[in-house]
Amino acid sequence: MTPDPRTPDREVAIVAFAQTVHRRRTDELSEVEMLMPVLHDVLRQTGLKTSDIGFTCSGSSDYLAGRAFSFTMALDGVGAWPPISESHVEMDGAWALYEAWVKLLTGQADTALVYAYGKSSPGSVRDVLTRQLDPYYLAPLWPDSVALAALQARALIDAGHTDEPALASVAARSREDATANPHAQLPGRRPQGDYVVAPLRTGDCPPVGDGAAAVVLAVGDTARALCARPAWIRGMDHRIEAHALGLRDLTDSPSTRLAAERAGAFDLPHGPQGMGGAPNVDTAELHAPFSSQEVVLRRALDLDDGVRVNPSGGALAANPMMAAGLIRLGEAAARIHRGASDRALAHATSGPCLQQNLVAVLEGDSRAR
Amino acid sequence: MSAAPVPDTLRAPLVVEFPFTRSLGPVQSAFLTGLRERTVLGVRAADGRVLVPPVEYDPETAAELRELVEVGATGTVTTWAWNPEPRAGQPLTTPFAWVLVRLDGADTTLLHALDAPGPDAVRTGMRVRVRWATERAGAITDIACFEPYESADVHGTRPHDGVFDDPVGGIVAPARLDYTYSPGRAQTGYLQALTERKTVGERCPSCTKVYVPPRGACPTCGVATTDRVEVGPRGTVTTFCIVNIKAKNLDIEVPYVYAHIALDGAGLALHGRIGGIPYDQVRMGLRVEPVWTEGSRYPDHYRHCGEPDADYDAYKELL
Amino acid sequence: MPDEPVAVVGIGQTKHVAARRDVSIAGLVREAAQRALEDAELTWTDVDAVVIGKAPDFFEGVMMPELYLADALGAVGKPMLRVHTAGSVGGSTALVAANLVSARVHRTVLTLAFEKQSESNAMWGLSLPVPFQQPLLAGAGGFFAPHVRAYMRRTGAPDTVGSLVAYKDRRNALKNPYAHLHEHDITLEKVQASPMLWDPIRYSETCPSSDGACAMVLTDRAGAGRSPRPPAWVHGGAMRSEPTLFAGKDFVSPQAGKDCAADVYRQAGITDPRREIDAVEMYVPFSWYEPMWLENLGFAEEGEGWKLTEAGVTELDGDLPVNPSGGVLSTNPIGASGMIRFAEAALQVRGQAGEHQVDGARRALGHAYGGGAQFFAMWLVGDRPPGA
Repeated sequence: MTPDPRTPDREVAIVAFAQTVHRRRTDELSEVEMLMPVLHDVLRQTGLKTSDIGFTCSGSSDYLAGRAFSFTMALDGVGAWPPISESHVEMDGAWALYEAWVKLLTGQADTALVYAYGKSSPGSVRDVLTRQLDPYYLAPLWPDSVALAALQARALIDAGHTDEPALASVAARSREDATANPHAQLPGRRPQGDYVVAPLRTGDCPPVGDGAAAVVLAVGDTARALCARPAWIRGMDHRIEAHALGLRDLTDSPSTRLAAERAGAFDLPHGPQGMGGAPNVDTAELHAPFSSQEVVLRRALDLDDGVRVNPSGGALAANPMMAAGLIRLGEAAARIHRGASDRALAHATSGPCLQQNLVAVLEGDSRAR
Repeated sequence: MSAAPVPDTLRAPLVVEFPFTRSLGPVQSAFLTGLRERTVLGVRAADGRVLVPPVEYDPETAAELRELVEVGATGTVTTWAWNPEPRAGQPLTTPFAWVLVRLDGADTTLLHALDAPGPDAVRTGMRVRVRWATERAGAITDIACFEPYESADVHGTRPHDGVFDDPVGGIVAPARLDYTYSPGRAQTGYLQALTERKTVGERCPSCTKVYVPPRGACPTCGVATTDRVEVGPRGTVTTFCIVNIKAKNLDIEVPYVYAHIALDGAGLALHGRIGGIPYDQVRMGLRVEPVWTEGSRYPDHYRHCGEPDADYDAYKELL
Repeated sequence: MPDEPVAVVGIGQTKHVAARRDVSIAGLVREAAQRALEDAELTWTDVDAVVIGKAPDFFEGVMMPELYLADALGAVGKPMLRVHTAGSVGGSTALVAANLVSARVHRTVLTLAFEKQSESNAMWGLSLPVPFQQPLLAGAGGFFAPHVRAYMRRTGAPDTVGSLVAYKDRRNALKNPYAHLHEHDITLEKVQASPMLWDPIRYSETCPSSDGACAMVLTDRAGAGRSPRPPAWVHGGAMRSEPTLFAGKDFVSPQAGKDCAADVYRQAGITDPRREIDAVEMYVPFSWYEPMWLENLGFAEEGEGWKLTEAGVTELDGDLPVNPSGGVLSTNPIGASGMIRFAEAALQVRGQAGEHQVDGARRALGHAYGGGAQFFAMWLVGDRPPGA
C-alpha cells in the first residue's frame, strides 16, 4: 500500500441530526412517508432548502424492502427538482455519510444531506441477512444473524473475555440509558429472557424495527453559520475483513482498530500523534447490535471506564437496519452540539460478526473559559 | 376535494423466490464435487496454511489459490451456539448446535450444524465427524451435519489433484423470503377508492399538481401530498407502444396497445391497455375511458370514449 | 487548494457473454480486476481502497455481495464501498472512486462494477411483483417504447433511424473483442427485418443480457507519472438525479441529463461539445436513445439528433463517433454497463482501443443513466492532465 497522503485540510462538520421514533412496525407508512419527516427536521434545523444542498447521499437495502430499486421511491421525499447531485450506497447510511464527506473534501460541494432508512418489519430480518453470506458455502445453510453472533459470543466467553452476567449488564445499561432517548424502541431495563441462540438471550439481541435518520454536513464557515457548535469530523475511515467466520479471530476486530487509528482516534486532540493506548475521547457511540459485540469493540478500541459508551442506548435500544450506523454518528454529533461531549468516537458496522467497520472522530470547538 | 383520512392499513404477502443457478469456478467445483464423493478438500494458502472450506483467493495476500489437499472428515469444535428453534432451510429440523469445526489437517474452520442431544453435550474442543447426507449432489448440504465422535486428531493432509469423474460445475440455490407488504397511507387511500371504481389522487399543497397514484410525497417539492382529488374517469392517450411479444406473467393476446394515459385532472400519466379498437388505429391524443371488469382492482383496459382527439398542445406537457 | 488530478492507469474487462458458467461471482469480478492491475502494472498491495458497484442484489440473489467479494478483490484490511444508483451505477461507482483520489483521501483506488445475470433472470429481478400494484403491461422494452414514440412525434424523425444505430453498434462490436454480441453476418436489412417487439422498437434494436465485469485503476498525479501506458485524465465528472415520475417530467430529454452534461462541460472547459469532444460512449439500451441523448447531451439542437445519426456522423469514421465499442446494444451486464462506457471513453483517449480506436481521440465522454431515466452519471476524460 502506498503511504497515505496527508490529512485533507477542508474542515467538515455534522451540523444537524434527526431520527424517527423507532418502532416494531410502521405498516401505515410507506418508506418515503416514514423518511420524509426526518428530512424536514434536519432542513428545518439548518434553515436550508433542498436546492441549497450541494450533495445528497443515502443508504438503504433492496433486500430489506423485498423490492428492487426501492431507494428510487424514497428519493420522492427529498424533492429532487430541479435535479440534484445525488448518490446512493447499498450499505448502512454511515457509509453514505462517508461518501458525502469525501465529496465535501474535494471542494465540489459545501453542504450535504445524508439519509438512511430501513423497515425490518415486512420481512424476517434474521432470515433476510442470511442472504448476505457466501452464496456457495454459507447461504445454503441459512445460518441466521443471531446464530452467527452467538458463535462469536461463545468464542468470547471461552477466551475469558466475558461471561453471561457481563453480557446481561451491557444489555441492562443500554436499555437504562435509553430511557433518556425519546427515539429508542426499547427504553428501560427488562428481563434478559430465554436463549434465542445460546449463549445469547433475548436481552442480548437488538430489537427488530423500522426507522430512518438524516444528517446535514457542512464545511468551514458554512458549518459555523448553520450550527452553534458543529461536530467537526477530525477523521473517518473504514475497513473490511475476510468474509468467512472461520478465517477470522471472532474475539477481535482488527478492522475497527485500524479504522480508528486511521481516523485519528488515538491522536491527541488538536495535537500531534498520540502514543497509542486508549483513544482520547469522552464518548463512544458503538454500533454493536449484540451485547457481545460491544465487548469485542471495547477490546479492539482499548476503551476504558473513563469513556461513556452508548449514552443513547445504542443498537440494543433501537436498531433500524441500514440507519443504525448513521444514527451512531448522529448521536455522537448531537452530544457535541449540545455540549455534553467535546470529543467523541462514532462507529458503524456491516456484515456478519462485525466484518466491516467504520470509525469517525468528532470534536466540538473548545468552549470559552 | 377532501382532506386525506388515515385509512385502514392494507397488507398482503410478498414472496421473493428464485432458484438461483450458480456456477462455481475450479476450487469450489472441486470442493463440492469432493463432498459428493465423501472427500473433504482444502486449499493451501501462500503462508502454508490449509484453508477449509477452500477459498479461491487468499484472504491475506489476494493471491489466486489452486493447490488442493485432502483433509480429514473428523475435526474439533472451536466455537458453538445452541439453536433451540431451527428455522426454515437450516440443516436440521430438531434443536442443534451451530459449530465452527477445524477439520483434521486444516488451519481454519468450517461452519455447519452439529447434531447433539442438548447443549450439555456440546463443548468447545469436542471431537466430531462429518455425517454425510444419504443423497449427495455436490453441495455444502452433502454434509448433513456433524456428529460427536471421539478420535485422535491426526493433523495431516494428502495432496489431491481435485479431479473427479463428472465434476459439479454449478449448484441450484433456491431461496425464498417471505415479506408482508403494506403500501402506506397515500397508496392505501388510492387502492380503497379503486374498489369503488374511482381514481383518486392527491394534490401537492406546494405546486398544486395532482399525483395519481399518490406516492405520499410530491416528488418535486418533497412534501406530503394532502388533499384527495378524484380524477378522470376519461383521459387522453399521451403515447403508447404496440406490444407484439407475449409477457410471461400476462394472459393478453398480442398484439395489443400499452399506453400512457393522462386522466383528466391528473398531473401525470398512468399506464393501461387500450382495447375495443384495432391496435393500428390507436393514436396519440385518443380520448379514452376505463372499462372495469368484475373482481379486478384496476380497469381491465381503456376504450375510445367517442370524443374527438385532443390537440397535441393540450397534452404535450404530460408526455 | 485545487483538487488532486485523477488519472485512469488501468482498465480491465471480461469477455462479456450470456452466461459465464466457468467462474464463480468472485472469479468473474477478479478477472476484470486482475486485467486492470496488469494494465497498470500494479499489484494488489498497491491498491488503497476498493469501490464496487452493481444493480439490484436480486439479480444474483446475494445481499450486499461485496461482503463476500472482499477477499477476491484484495480488500481485506482496506476500505470497501458499495454503490447502487440503478442503471447509472457503473458510472457513479467510478465517480465515487475518483473523488477518493481527488480529495486526497487515497492515492490509488480500484473500482469495479459487475453483473452476473445468468445467476437468475433479469426480467424477474427487474419486475418483482409488488402487491396491489398494477403489473407492467409490457416487458422491459414496453417501458421505453412509448418514450421513443414521443421522440418521433416531437422531432418527425423517420422510423428507420433506430435501425441505423443498431446496425452501426453491432458492426462496431465486431471490432471489440470483449463485446457480447458478435453478429458477423449483420446487415441493415436483417436489423430492419427483425421482429417488431414493442412497436416502434425491433428485436435487433434491444440490448442483450450479459455476464460481465469492468474494472479501472484510478490514481493521482504521482501515480500517473509511474504509469507504464498513457493515462486518461479526468477533466470533469458529475451525477444528477431527478424523481422517477413527476408532473412535467420530460422522458424524452430529462433535465437531469442536461444539467449533468452541462456540469461536466463546465468543469472540463468545453463550450462546443460537438466540436471539442472526439468520441462518446453513451448508454443506449434501445437504439433510439442515441438520437435522444445526442440532443440531451448538447451534441445537437433539440429535434436534430436523428439527423446526425442519419448522416453517419456517429459512425466509427464519422466526425462524432458514438459507441465505438458497440455500446450497451452489444453488451449489457446491467450493473457494469455504465462503467464500461466510462472505461471505453478512457481507452479512446489512451489510444488503447485497438480496432475500434477513434483516430486521434483526445477528449471522450462516458455517459450512464438509470432508473426511470432519472439518474445520470458522466465523465469527460482527456489525453492530457486537466489544465495542461
